[in-house]
Amino acid sequence: MKRVYVNEKWCLGCHLCEYYCAFASTNEKDMARALKDIRIKPRIRIEEKDGISFAVSCRHCDEPLCVKGCITGALTKKDGVITINRDKCIGCYTCILSCPYGAVSPSDDGAVQKCELCIKTARGTPKCVEGCPNGAIVFEERGE
Amino acid sequence: MNSLKYVIIGNSAAAVGAVEAIRKNDRSGRIVIISNESHHTYSRPLISYLLLGKTDENRMKYREDSFYSDNKCEFLPGITVQKIEPGEKRIMLDDGRYESYDKLLIATGSSPFIPPVKGLEKVKRKFTFTTLDDARKLDSVLKEGQNVLILGAGLIGLKCAEGISRKNVRTVCVDLSQRVLSSILDEDASDMIKKHLEKSNIRFYLGHQVAEFNENHAVLDDNTEIPFDILVIAVGVRPNISLLKDIGGKTNRGIIIDERCRTSIPDIYAAGDCCECRDASSGEMKVMALLPNAYMQGECAGMNMSGADCVFDKAIPMNAIGLFGKHIITAGVYTGDVYHEADGENYKKLFYSNNRLNGFILIGNIEKAGIYTSLIREGTPLDTIDFELICRMPGLMAFSKEERASRLNGIA
Repeated sequence: MKRVYVNEKWCLGCHLCEYYCAFASTNEKDMARALKDIRIKPRIRIEEKDGISFAVSCRHCDEPLCVKGCITGALTKKDGVITINRDKCIGCYTCILSCPYGAVSPSDDGAVQKCELCIKTARGTPKCVEGCPNGAIVFEERGE
Repeated sequence: MNSLKYVIIGNSAAAVGAVEAIRKNDRSGRIVIISNESHHTYSRPLISYLLLGKTDENRMKYREDSFYSDNKCEFLPGITVQKIEPGEKRIMLDDGRYESYDKLLIATGSSPFIPPVKGLEKVKRKFTFTTLDDARKLDSVLKEGQNVLILGAGLIGLKCAEGISRKNVRTVCVDLSQRVLSSILDEDASDMIKKHLEKSNIRFYLGHQVAEFNENHAVLDDNTEIPFDILVIAVGVRPNISLLKDIGGKTNRGIIIDERCRTSIPDIYAAGDCCECRDASSGEMKVMALLPNAYMQGECAGMNMSGADCVFDKAIPMNAIGLFGKHIITAGVYTGDVYHEADGENYKKLFYSNNRLNGFILIGNIEKAGIYTSLIREGTPLDTIDFELICRMPGLMAFSKEERASRLNGIA
């Protein structure tokens, strides 16, 4: 199972992953144009303090508390990826209450949002990984 | 192992959790689900969103239409279980038939409590608000401009008030408690939510009870008269424990279960709102009638019923509730020292003692609340994290470098 791994040692704190994430959920071809004048709401977020920074997004847990606690059945896990059915989600935020990573967040349309490894938008590699200029975010298979 | 037969009484979150767990271990054993409702499994907390028009009966199904067939379950809807015969390992149904079991799960949920108030029998249009049928009935009589009296300003009563607000009704809430949501908020937070609800045209009579009902008006204990067209009774729920109690199983307010979701009777498990179990945040035995706990108890029971050894000892009180656009997230118990932040829109209180976070209340800004929940659930020693930082800003930054590497980089 491929996962996103984050190594804070290589993180520059440039926030590009956040921009690539926000870009991934638009249908535009050009990033600058897609994100011009909007306040982005990315599914991956940088935490930073005192020169330390790292990106946090959904870990697609083996025991996903967000899925188990979801009151509507909108959050499901299939083939290792936790996805949200935005049509079913009513925005109760039980998943935000449950997620130990803080990786589920409110969105503008009432449903919650989270990293879905770009399976609904891109092919192969998640956009945040593609866009990270320093290899601080990788998408790989590791022995578990 | 011979093929086992699993019988589940109930068809909501705990039952679904059990089915999904059993099928991880046992693809072939028979699973029989018996429900006294006649609906496909649906999410009960969504009934207020149904009235509000934010969901519909199809979208509020808790699992896909193919759930029973995918999991090879025999679903018996509209059937009530009369009794359990543990000696014979069978249950008797209301049509006189028997169903045998090897492993039995009681996931019977809870029922609305109807307080014994003088004159209540004179009220023709009175409703409870916990099931899909309740919501359908209420919706069918509710008309624009009507006066609705809701008895109870707790989670159910207030979600009902929000649900029916779509029809422009005039809603009055009466509660014996001085505060709204008194089971999950402290005084200041209750005040803030009450003001918010008043702006949404809900009126309150708090610290009062109804002394007497007439057909279309209630008289409070201070003689205030409240006229109404429709009465909703939402003063609380009681766990459905009689099936186990009747055969001498250990019960208190709820069915007593251990950390493996076993009852005191062999091969009988229980999960969900009908149960009482240990609250990991306070150590006390409690009924914690909440959907996430129900699912995880059901899952734990299902694992153990199908031969695994699974422990669920992390149930804590926790709630996520939105009311008229204001979001509230709470968890744990409110004891110990307090960290407090508030402005007009947002409210945060963290309660801690003995190096542990005991509970929290967040209103408005609820982002990353789960990080606080995890501190309670895991009993994280606060001296191993940057507590001062996490109070202000929930995040992984407050954890040690090693802990961050383990969580984000898969390096244990």
